[in-house]
Amino acid sequence: MPEITYLEAIRQGIWEELDRDSNVVMLGEDIGGYGGAFRVSSGMIDHFGTGRIIETPICESGFTGAAIGLSFMGYRPIVEMQFIDFISCAFSMITNFAAKLRYRWGASVPIVVRGPSGAGVRGGPFHSQSVEMFFAHTPGLKIVVPATAADAKGLIKASIRDPDPVIYLEHKYLYRRIKENVPPGDWTVPIGKAAVRRTGRDLSVITYGAMVHVALEAAGLLEKEDISMEVLDLRTLLPLDRESILATVRHTNKVFVLHEDTRTCGIAGEIAAIINEEAFEDLDGPVLRVTAPDTPVPYSPPLEEFFLPKVSDVVAVARKLVAY
Amino acid sequence: MTNERLLEIYRFLLLNRLFDERLQKLYRQGKVVGGLYASTGQEAISVGSALTLQPGDFIGPMIRNVGSLLVRGVDPKDVIRQYMARATSPTGGRDGNLHFGDITKGIIGPISMLGSQIPVLAGVALGMKLRGRPNVALVYTGDGGMSMGDFHEGMNFAAVMKAPLVVILENNGYAYSTPTTRQMTVSSLADRAPAYGLERITIDGNDVLQVYDTVGAAVAKARAGGGPSMIECMTFRMRGHAEHDDMAYVPKEELEQWRAKDPILRFECVLVERAVADAAECDRIKESIRHQLEADFDSVDTEPFPDGSSCLGGVYA
Repeated sequence: MPEITYLEAIRQGIWEELDRDSNVVMLGEDIGGYGGAFRVSSGMIDHFGTGRIIETPICESGFTGAAIGLSFMGYRPIVEMQFIDFISCAFSMITNFAAKLRYRWGASVPIVVRGPSGAGVRGGPFHSQSVEMFFAHTPGLKIVVPATAADAKGLIKASIRDPDPVIYLEHKYLYRRIKENVPPGDWTVPIGKAAVRRTGRDLSVITYGAMVHVALEAAGLLEKEDISMEVLDLRTLLPLDRESILATVRHTNKVFVLHEDTRTCGIAGEIAAIINEEAFEDLDGPVLRVTAPDTPVPYSPPLEEFFLPKVSDVVAVARKLVAY
Repeated sequence: MTNERLLEIYRFLLLNRLFDERLQKLYRQGKVVGGLYASTGQEAISVGSALTLQPGDFIGPMIRNVGSLLVRGVDPKDVIRQYMARATSPTGGRDGNLHFGDITKGIIGPISMLGSQIPVLAGVALGMKLRGRPNVALVYTGDGGMSMGDFHEGMNFAAVMKAPLVVILENNGYAYSTPTTRQMTVSSLADRAPAYGLERITIDGNDVLQVYDTVGAAVAKARAGGGPSMIECMTFRMRGHAEHDDMAYVPKEELEQWRAKDPILRFECVLVERAVADAAECDRIKESIRHQLEADFDSVDTEPFPDGSSCLGGVYA
């Protein structure tokens, strides 16, 4: 099995889908000869041509709308946001046009809107955001958040094949920092299914994206203190995998949620509510949260480091919960 | 143009006008759910433009383009069902008025956010071009919609892609209550065309034959690979923004000026001049359309409202 980066996994997944289905096209800024700001589309225009790799003017709402129009003509467009922060320029196209079409008049909009998300690379307030919760409140959308190279590939392929609009949030911190064996061949990771990354008996952390790796590192440290922490990687935020969430609660009886997104109305609040409604009797402690504070993502290294949840934060909350 | 074609235009103009009038009566009876957005005075634009299309072409109407839908083969009963929010409507009561579409008929229904139709239909047009289909997308917006960012993004995208998109700019004087002079500082909507490398075109939108000829030429150009066009059609909104709006902000003399330019009365003069139909024949056509519409409205009125729980489901495939 070849070892590839998270970034290469995304590129391979898109490449394979472009190869498999001639209705798959990609739109975005600088995705042609330049290969995209992070080189996800490197080499694609030479292989697939300008009719498949459609380089656009700077107009996130415009090309997202065009992708919706292309889907009416039988295409399965992938929309690249150069940085996912720019997705807010296409907010109405996604939440009003794409998300409501099936509900209103039964039209399928099989588009994928993807782009580099998240902080940790000194990108500042407009190149580091976690945008998932801007969209998680919109019925009709799906949101996926791969944490591993294999999931990055399997989920991009599943997203492209999905008949509904999918927001695919790839974490830019992981692009070249993780490298894994990714099985070859045509397989997908199902949307809506979480994965247990590490089993544990004393407590569980529910998380996603780059924070999966922070959680795993913390779990390794906690093990030395004889604290066994289960790590559940959500992989999809909309729809949430309620069964896996409830299963980990029933398994360890103590749970906290970790996310890089800011605190208020982050997905942790929703997960705590689900657990409260459906597994209250299984809890031996409160559902806690480890999140970024309610501020924009700051630029200067000490500020950004303070902003992001750290391994030490996770360890501290885990100890507190175990002692509860 | 053949007499048959002229009569076809006349029938659609009348159908558009009488349909709106019947809806207005329905509104006064309290049977329209929500607002009613009449196209009275603007019928020549919808009808004249949509009649230039061929099978496989797409349209992206605005809220007032019911005439375009009727020309493209939508059953008037489906529009009535939408306005009456019945279970039988194309959206099953989930949305109203012209907010529905049908891909098999090439109709992409609008959403309430103005301007958003332009990028979407630009994408449809690009898809036609990529598939090598000799088809065209026709999309409508107005003096209000042109102030939106999506108008610019979609128009620029279509121009850069040389997509077969024809954009109809209905200059009807008012965006809700705001006159065009307070929407923009240019004197004509067409003044914006050069920004996209396009020709300035302004026509009399109340002259259905001028609409038909001008849009027909733009559609032919797009079909032949000549890229997009935008056409400003001068017209006037003879009713309020919606039926609740008494449009007290519109000067009476302005309204009277435009009443004299009524597109249907003008076209009746053409029919008489060209000896296609006399007044009696025009009346006969009117009566037959009225009769059919009465039957359609009565029939829809017997249809059920949706069951409340049908609001669930259908959000995802």
